[in-house]
Formats: sequence, structure tokens, C-alpha cells
Amino acid sequence: MATYGLMIDNEYCTGCHSCEIACRNELDLPKGQWGIKLLELGPWKKLDGKWETKFVPVPTTYCTLCAERVEAGGVPACALHCLADVIEYGTLEELAVKMAEKGKQCSMFLP
Amino acid sequence: MSELRRVSDTPAVEELADGTKVFRTAQWSPPGCHGVGCGLRVFVKDGRLVKVEGDPDQPITNGRLCVRCLTLPEYYYHEDRLLYPMKRARDQRGNPEAWERISWDEAYDILVSKYWEIREKYGPDSISVWTGTGREASAYQFQLCNQVFHSRTAIHANGGWSCIIPRQTAMDWVLGCAYVEYDGAFGFEDRYDDPRYELPKYMLVWGRNPLWSNPDGLFGHSVIDMMKRGTKLIVADPRASWLAMHAEYHLQLRPGTDTALAMALNNVIIEEDLYDHEFVEYWCYGFDEYAERMRTMPPEKAEEITGVPADDIRAAARCLAQKPSTASVGLKVDQNPNCIQIGHAVWGIFAICGNLDNPGGVKLGQTMKNGGSTGRGGVGMTVQKEDENPIPIAGHEQYPAMDFIINTTQPDCTLDTLLTGSPYPIEYLFIQSSNFISSCITQQPMRWLEACRHKEFCVATDIFMNPTIQALADLVLPVSTALEHEGLVTFHGCNQPGQFNALTKVLEPEGECKSDLEIMLDIDHRINPDRDPSEKKWLDTQSYLTDKIRSIPDVDIDYPTLQEWVYGQYEVPYKQYELGLLRADGKPGFKSPTGRVELFSTVMQHLGEDPLPYYEEPRFSKISRPEWAEEYPLTFVTGARQVTSFHTEHRMIDSLREIHSYATVEIHPSMAEKQGIHEGDWVYIENPWGRCKMVAKITPVVKEDVISCDHGWWYPEDKDKELYSVWKSNINELMPHKEIGKLGLGSHYGAIPCKIYRAEG
Repeated sequence: MATYGLMIDNEYCTGCHSCEIACRNELDLPKGQWGIKLLELGPWKKLDGKWETKFVPVPTTYCTLCAERVEAGGVPACALHCLADVIEYGTLEELAVKMAEKGKQCSMFLP
Repeated sequence: MSELRRVSDTPAVEELADGTKVFRTAQWSPPGCHGVGCGLRVFVKDGRLVKVEGDPDQPITNGRLCVRCLTLPEYYYHEDRLLYPMKRARDQRGNPEAWERISWDEAYDILVSKYWEIREKYGPDSISVWTGTGREASAYQFQLCNQVFHSRTAIHANGGWSCIIPRQTAMDWVLGCAYVEYDGAFGFEDRYDDPRYELPKYMLVWGRNPLWSNPDGLFGHSVIDMMKRGTKLIVADPRASWLAMHAEYHLQLRPGTDTALAMALNNVIIEEDLYDHEFVEYWCYGFDEYAERMRTMPPEKAEEITGVPADDIRAAARCLAQKPSTASVGLKVDQNPNCIQIGHAVWGIFAICGNLDNPGGVKLGQTMKNGGSTGRGGVGMTVQKEDENPIPIAGHEQYPAMDFIINTTQPDCTLDTLLTGSPYPIEYLFIQSSNFISSCITQQPMRWLEACRHKEFCVATDIFMNPTIQALADLVLPVSTALEHEGLVTFHGCNQPGQFNALTKVLEPEGECKSDLEIMLDIDHRINPDRDPSEKKWLDTQSYLTDKIRSIPDVDIDYPTLQEWVYGQYEVPYKQYELGLLRADGKPGFKSPTGRVELFSTVMQHLGEDPLPYYEEPRFSKISRPEWAEEYPLTFVTGARQVTSFHTEHRMIDSLREIHSYATVEIHPSMAEKQGIHEGDWVYIENPWGRCKMVAKITPVVKEDVISCDHGWWYPEDKDKELYSVWKSNINELMPHKEIGKLGLGSHYGAIPCKIYRAEG
């Protein structure tokens, strides 16, 4: 059976927090608890004057990859609501192909 | 011809197996937003709101939704919501314990009898209507003021009207069109894939952070969609926003020096002969004079003024001269006495390069059926009714250009009028969804509060009790959320192509809340019972909305049809100036006196302003006020948007406060070290006008001598403290009053000196 995960395009994640709240709504979690959490790297200025800055949403152990939503034909709540549209759900094989196509600044998560 | 299209056949309501009903609707406000009309799927079970999700069928947001809509149930069921009309004795203003629940009939009786009493005593202009920026209520402000109350005193209490109006003035006078925006293919069914569309090579983002501000109907994250497809950014901003950090060139200018930078970009394009000679020859007026003025600002001179390296200015200018390129021009243009000149010079770049209303260029706003945009006597407008009252509206005598610009009082003079009663007293305040004593719209809000405190009558409408209502109102009317009422949301009133959506009432209002539109119509029926029945819009909400829809060119559906559709998508053609769509007379050209883009503005010349862009040094900079530099070595900017709030709203929503808890001030690491300030410390920001307190965020996104301060903060949890601690983080107390441009527009909401230091305890 295929294994599913989430792929994040870190180049374009703007840190909107929609994934966090959409996930909390889906899992009905209380304040202080997160099914996916946004982490921030930087910003700092590199030696060449360009910025190093990244947001990385990380699914937690609460994450079910929205099994019920997916079964009903939908996509995970984080992927639907992400303002920058940087979260993709799929099999690891599919996501690996997409990562290779993207070629840079992305990550894949198995919650 | 423009075109309106239904975009989805999905039914407006569906029922799930467990009996949950899912309603599709669009959002505007309250809670506030700029009218992007994001598509919602609202889950209701047994009459109870269960959750809100994004609707993939909405053609622009495609299911995406920000945290403010995702937390709507928290907002809807919040224990502090205003649910019933309440009154309070006038001598109890400020006392939170003195409110008494009343019926709507009693509330209307009070406000209507006060209306007649004060109107009789002081005349109709003593009745004023105030509205918060961007809210749905703003769509009804002029109707309520002019047509229901028969007053001319519509107030936007914003120093120098520093919110869109200066830009709109430049659009009107220089570009000769209504509201302009970047071309994001918003009107096309296939969006970016439409064969008529071309992706901009470059987008100039100027003084704006569209990702979080979503200004005036723009879905800000469409910038990301375009970046993914290949558009590159040039960003002019004193702060390194996310977009600036991902730009080809970030022009990190000294706050307030925008015109110098914009002129230098023009200079390079003209000196290197990169402009579109044909477009300039056929469609522009005054190029030679314009070019001569731009020659006075070579990049090296601009570098001295702005701090932006001349090489970066040159490189950025060469990018922007390419076709197609576009611009996303924001609020910071307005918040500067030099405002019209900034807009003139920034859009001038796109005019001389022929990037106006071409696919992927700067999309020109279309002309409405009445020929107008915003002003009473705006240039090129068909003026429906001349104002024959010999007494000018407050501030229009001192700033006569206002008459050509906007149907409100001149804001700064309004404070003087409130204090002096000249040229007429203002004694009746109707405040719609505006919390103007918090740090948002007014400068020196404490003075505005004092000026209003002793007025004869004040009624306010809102969803939550807020500091302004608590301080001033005698009567408060509860407003329904966007899920509880009917409405219409379009992209800047259909000046721009894009969303054309219905707000549907999917829930019964909590308590006895009513929409701004219902309240206006109820009041109208009481004040104007003898209206001609052929004026159908005053009958009820649906008639009003149908009338509004039909004022838009080439649209003749009614509101119930739009409700069935939920979403419409509206197209506006390219090259309207060739098609004769911009001018009231139907001839080709632009809606300006010469019929061309006026690089040399005959309107500004007529009004005694310099017809060409010029640079004005910020009035409180180290150069203008060297004597302040030692004590106040830093410069603050304000208003950087957060996704968790819309101006002063949302501070009572726990989930949003968990993400952004307090007012923050961004400080450069080396400055923080010098001052002994650590991440998370409370710090004071102080200057000769005042002092406020915020939490330090230490980050290199600002330069060492600049700090960036949040706006709009008050603390709803501080119920026992004076006015919810509205003065605690009130950065607007540190701003000068009436430091505005020659025509009465533009004021310093940034580029202001200050010092910071740790607050003990």
C-alpha cells in the first residue's frame, strides 16, 4: 500500500498560519495544541547580501493527513487553505517526483 | 464591453448525510477585511455554526482562506459581542457600567428625535457620519450622510485623508482613470492561462505589503501565484517585507523619501532612452517638461537623499522599462505630504513605458455609469447636482481642491471645526464601524476624543464594544457579521475586473443584530417616509443591492440571481483608452482635461500646485530638524500589516492573539544591543508628541536607525482599565496634527523621529 505525506514548497511559504488554524479546526484541538506548526528560519543577511529566510510548517504527531477528508474526495485542510498554495498531499513517490521537478527549497513530511 | 459571468454551478446550499447544511457565500465584513470576497463554505448543524472552510469554486481565492475567516466561529459566538441596542445617559460617557438594553424601536426613536432636534438647532451639516476604512459600512457612508441625513458632513478622520485618496487623486488627474491595480488576470475564467493575458515581467511593489493588507479587494497572495509563474519583483520599502526579501531589487529607502527615488527611476529611463516613444507621442501630455524635471534627480542625487545605491536604481529602472511590467502601489504613498508627487512619478514610469492597460501592465480602473470616481466635482465627471450651499464643507475653504477630490470634509480641518464650530457646528456623530481613538485612522487620537467628548449626541454601530464607543457614545447599535446579512462584494466597486460576489445570510443574527444596510434603510424609512416609490433602492436590502449592481457598466442582473450564483466574475477590457471607454463623452483617450495621460498636470496647475513631481524632504527628518537628531535618533514607520488583524479589529479572538499577542516594534539587532533591549522586552517609544509601549521584536528587516511599529492595538481583555488600555500602545499619539500637503492631502504617519528605551517592569 502506498505511503502518503505532505510536500512543502519552502521557497514560497509566506508564513500565513492558515495551515495551523485550519488543522486545529479539523482536529478540534484546544488552544496551545497544534497538528501542524509553523517554524521560522532567519531572516539573516548572507555574505552575498541576499536574505536567508524560510518558513517551514511541520506536521506534528496529531496529524492524520486528514484521512476522513481525503476519503470523502477532499484534500487535507492545511493544503486547501494555504494562502501561498505551497502544501501538497500525495504518495511519497508522487511527491518525490514533484520535489525533483521543483529542484530546490522544499521538504517532505511523514507525520 | 465589460462582462459578468457565473463561475460555478455548484448549488448555493447542500446537505450532508448527518444533516449538516453547507452554505456557500462570500466574505466582506464584519469582521473586517478589504472586500476580497473570499469564498466560504459555512457548515451549519441544527442552526449552529460548526466551522468555516474555503470554497475552491471561488475563482480568485480557490479555497484559500486566511486565519481571520478560519476563526469566524470564535468571533460569531464571542461572549463580548454586542447583541442588543443599548443606551446610556450623556453624562455617563466613558462609564462601562451605565449601559441599558433597549429595543430597536426605542433606539431609532432616540436617534431620529435627536436628529431633528440638532438639525433644527444647527442645520443639516451639523449631522456627521464617520466610517472605518475598508469595512462594508464604508459602502453606505455617503448615502447615509448625504441622502438619508441630508448632510454634507461625511468624515474620514484620517490626517491628510492619507488612505487611498491621494493615490486616487493622482490616478484621476495624471492617469485620467479610476482605481488602478496590477494586472493579475482577475477577470478571466482561465485566469493566467487566458490567451489575452500576458504575465508581467516585473512588478514594482511600492510602500505596500499586499500579502497581508489585501487592499481594496485585491487578493494579495496573487503576487505569489505570479511569482511562481515567473514575475519578478522590485520592492521599494524601508522595511524588508517577505516580498522585499524575495525581490530582484529591494530599494530600502529612508522613510518618506519616495518621490526622490521615483524621480530617479524616471531619470534613468529617460536618460537611457528606454521609454515608449509612440505611446508618449500619441497618449501623453507634457512629456518634455516632465523629462526636464526628472533630469534634476539623477540616481547619485537620489542615493544621497534615499540611501538607495545609484546602481540599484539604474538596474531597477532598466527592469521596469520592459514590457509588460506592472505596479502594486500602496498606502505609504498617501501617508506623506509629498503624496500626489509620489503617485505622479511612480505611475509616470509606467505611462512613459507604455505599460498602461496593456495585458500584464497597470490595469486602469473603468469609468462608472455616472462618469465618476469619488469626488463631487472630480475631473471628467458628470456632476449630477451642483452644491449651491454658500457655506463650504468643513475644510474646503482652506483646501478648495478637496471639492474636486472627495465627498467628505477635509479631515485635519475637521478636528479644528469640531473644536471651534466654524464654519458650522458638528453636534451629531453617527459612527459606523470606526474605532478612531485607537492607533489607526487619527493622529493624536486623544485630541479627537476631547474634541468629540462634549458633543450633543453620539450613536455608534459595531460588533464589539470598543474604546471609541465606550468613551463617546450615548447609543450603540449591534451590527451583524457577514454570515448574518445580505451584501455585495466587488473589486473596488468594479473599477477593477475580478470578484462580483454575493454575501448571503446563512445564519440568523445572534441576538438582535442588523446589518449596516438594514440600519441605514430603517433610519431612512423614519426620516424620509415620503420618498418617491419609483426610487426603489430605498425599499429594502434586496432592492438596494439590485440598484447598486445595475449602476455597474454592462450588468443588468438582480441581486437574487447573484445570490443563486454566489460568485460572479467580471471582466474589464484592455486598452480602454483606445475603445473610448474612459471618457464620459465616449471618445478615445483618458478622463483628463487634455484627454491624455497628463505627465504635466493641468489640473494641479489650475489648483496652484506644481504640475510636475517634486521632492519634499520629510518635515521632521534629521535634515529638516537637525536640532532633534541627538535626542531622537531613530525614525519610526507604522502600519505594517499582520495576518491576524484588520486594523483595530480581532484583538478579542484568542486564537489570533495566540499567534500575535501584543503590539510589537521591530528593532535592528545592533540598535537593540546598544539600548540593552532583548527580544520580548516591553519598550517605550517616545518623541515630543507622546509616548507608547510595545513588545520588542529584534530583527534585521529594519535598518539600524529605523523602527517599525504595529498599529491598531487596544486590549479588550483590559476590561477594568481605562478604555481597554487604548493609550498603552497608541503610536498615533506620537504623530503631528495637520502636517499635510499643499492641497490638503497626505500626512506623516511615519518618517517621524523618536527614541526607544526599555520599560522597567
